Amino acid sequence: MSILITGVGVVAPNGLGLEPYWAAVLAGRFGLGPVTRFDVSRYPATLAGQIDDFHAPDHVPGRLLPQTDPSTRLALTAAAWALQDAKADPESLTDYDMGVVTANACGGFDFTHREFRKLWTEGPKSVSVYESFAWFYAVNTGQISIRHGMRGPSSALVAEQAGGLDALAHARRTIRRGTPLVVSGGVDSALDPWGWVSQLAGGRVSTATDPARAYLPFDEQAAGYVPGEGGAILVLEDSAAAEARGRHETYGELAGCASTFDPAPGSGRPPGLERAIRLALTDAGLGPEDVDVVFADGAGVPELDAAEARAIGQVFGSHGVPVTVPKTTTGRLYSGGGPLDVVTALMSLREGVIPPTAGVRSVPQEYGIDLVLGESRTAPLRTALVLARGRWGFNSAVVLRRPEPTS
Amino acid sequence: MKRRVVITGVGVRAPGGNGTRQFWELLTSGRTATRRISFFDPSPYRSQVAAEADFDPVAEGFGPRELDRMDRASQFAVACAREAVAASGLEFDRLDPTRVGVSLGSAVAAATSLEREYLLLSDSGREWEVDADWLSRHMFDYLVPSVMPAEVAWAVGAEGPVAMVSNGCTSGLDSVGHAVRLIEEGSADVMLAGAADTPITPIVVACFDAIRATTSRNDDPEHASRPFDGTRDGFVLAEGAAMFVLEDYDSALARGAHIHAEIPGYATRCNAYHMTGLKADGREMAEAIRVALDESRTNATDIDYINAHGSGTRQNDRHETAAYKRALGDHARRTPVSSIKSMVGHSLGAIGSLEIAASVLALEHGVVPPTANLHTSDPECDLDYVPLEARERKLGTVLTVGSGFGGFQSAMVLRSAEAAGAVA
Repeated sequence: MSILITGVGVVAPNGLGLEPYWAAVLAGRFGLGPVTRFDVSRYPATLAGQIDDFHAPDHVPGRLLPQTDPSTRLALTAAAWALQDAKADPESLTDYDMGVVTANACGGFDFTHREFRKLWTEGPKSVSVYESFAWFYAVNTGQISIRHGMRGPSSALVAEQAGGLDALAHARRTIRRGTPLVVSGGVDSALDPWGWVSQLAGGRVSTATDPARAYLPFDEQAAGYVPGEGGAILVLEDSAAAEARGRHETYGELAGCASTFDPAPGSGRPPGLERAIRLALTDAGLGPEDVDVVFADGAGVPELDAAEARAIGQVFGSHGVPVTVPKTTTGRLYSGGGPLDVVTALMSLREGVIPPTAGVRSVPQEYGIDLVLGESRTAPLRTALVLARGRWGFNSAVVLRRPEPTS
Repeated sequence: MKRRVVITGVGVRAPGGNGTRQFWELLTSGRTATRRISFFDPSPYRSQVAAEADFDPVAEGFGPRELDRMDRASQFAVACAREAVAASGLEFDRLDPTRVGVSLGSAVAAATSLEREYLLLSDSGREWEVDADWLSRHMFDYLVPSVMPAEVAWAVGAEGPVAMVSNGCTSGLDSVGHAVRLIEEGSADVMLAGAADTPITPIVVACFDAIRATTSRNDDPEHASRPFDGTRDGFVLAEGAAMFVLEDYDSALARGAHIHAEIPGYATRCNAYHMTGLKADGREMAEAIRVALDESRTNATDIDYINAHGSGTRQNDRHETAAYKRALGDHARRTPVSSIKSMVGHSLGAIGSLEIAASVLALEHGVVPPTANLHTSDPECDLDYVPLEARERKLGTVLTVGSGFGGFQSAMVLRSAEAAGAVA
């Protein structure tokens, strides 16, 4: 059995929908700018990857608007697009044969901020009847399941930026255990003032003001990341089931997955990213020599970039494989980051082109990585590795393969 | 062949009892741990009752830096993990850390810290554009709660897969189910699995007030949690945690571990119906039960006891009663069913793990914990709910179920060490 990606839905700061997003990434077009939803000038960091062209009523049924956070509206939209793209009609499939596994990092934070405010300024009776479920981390899984009548095994995972890849791995596990179709991925948004300062509290958000020079992973001037909103939702299917419903076109195969955790600070033991890469390759039945491109986590923090470069170097050798971080154009999207990178990697495999790490100019020699800079790079591509790290020590890796040419 | 998974260590922090022994004493005494909320003045709220744990983080051994950094729910999880590890007899410092993982469930995670920090940042709600001068450097940890399983991983030295499963009120069943999968497939050999939630805060009380899901029996808090009773009027919010050491059956047997129980089957389904509502027919919960039994190679008639979700809302009690009949047929009428929520309340994401702990203890002691406060029968709930008093009964196989917002319906089968063949 192989697990195929048969549909994708993208909601990104530089492109709403797969095609505009992919065009933006290839061109190195940034979706970053000053936060406009409140007066951001009073805070030390001002740049974010905002999705400005999303008008929720165009995409989300009206009755769901009062009960959903911006992140859930984006997730519902991406899920609907992914199902359309997969040409999967949930009505024609058995309800228990479809599951939903999403990752989440912040929950419905904007929504819950408004309810906290109502509670403390107007009293308990003013709190929304929707607060109990608009906030919690399972909200996107639940809402997608309800909207599309999916009653199979479903779940929600949290692992900061690594969670999105973990969700895809769990979707694959769910399919292997007998659920033919699983909707999976992640979307986050926390661009209200409280969400914003909470992100700043992490101490890694860039205070730069030039969108092209704010988030510079592996650059000698790396000084933090730009947070963003959005992500991607994918449709994953068992190859036999996809075939049986006449779906022959796919984006590729989710061939290997692994997750590891870094040792406790101060233990002196080696970090876990290299091990995650090796485990994912073993899981895929492949070796380092089979990998044609690496979509790196790209923390944008010098010591984290150095650690990632070291892990890549240990597996692939110095300058052993092209590495790219297209997420410099969207910012880090927490649970949405990994799934969006997976979509980008699948498009790369399909078109044989590696998008650049926009903005980055100068990579320290000692990193020893072949970072794709400036222009996109054309190359025959068969296999991609996508990495994601979540704060506190989460490491996840997935291996993707281009679809076999149909005979 | 797929690996079998057993529980070799248990840790519990619950209302009315810190530690596994005290927890079991409470559950079999028929006493309740529900009371008027003492953590804040509950008088502005519709529901003023909760099951609070008498948890003393200093006595638990947390130092000043941990107290400053960790949300209450993280402290609960780590305290339980330490108890479970000590009880397992497994020498963690001699294990390969890369083969040890963590799976932690929580529904609302750092709610306590979020509320505290919000009041500071917003000047008690007055400022929408919050004042960053009041920002705690730990605020990011409360925004993104995967720090909770990270804290457990650091405490036990885990470097394998670490996951946080946040499926609302089935989180505590699903996190353990997730850990079972990781051991079965070989991604880890040992898992610390369980759940923690400490939701007794104004925002959480208010959000359940808003949908009238919680009790308003404020004049009688000790008797407010009344699952399956005709006079019930909603659940009692609670806090708590339980963690387990899970390992593969063969290695547990080889090291001569004390095996508390086997987890031979688990399944989850969604109702795709409503974020908070349940259909009366119990169809999806019945399906989860059926699949969990199937995976366990267990017949419905082998179930000796059902540890119910039993939240004490009318829609739940009706829904799960229907689910048991649908999944077990006539055997549902012959099987004792009880809800520990009658004594320890409903600790949201944590309760599924507390209910696994209760099921494990029931198997080991041959005692079915009662449903407290069950005096008035309800024609819609016509099974044997073990009212008021614990019951001695030899138990080989127990079913525990959960149901939650988002539509999640989960079921797990637990088997005694004897039934699993681990005892001569």
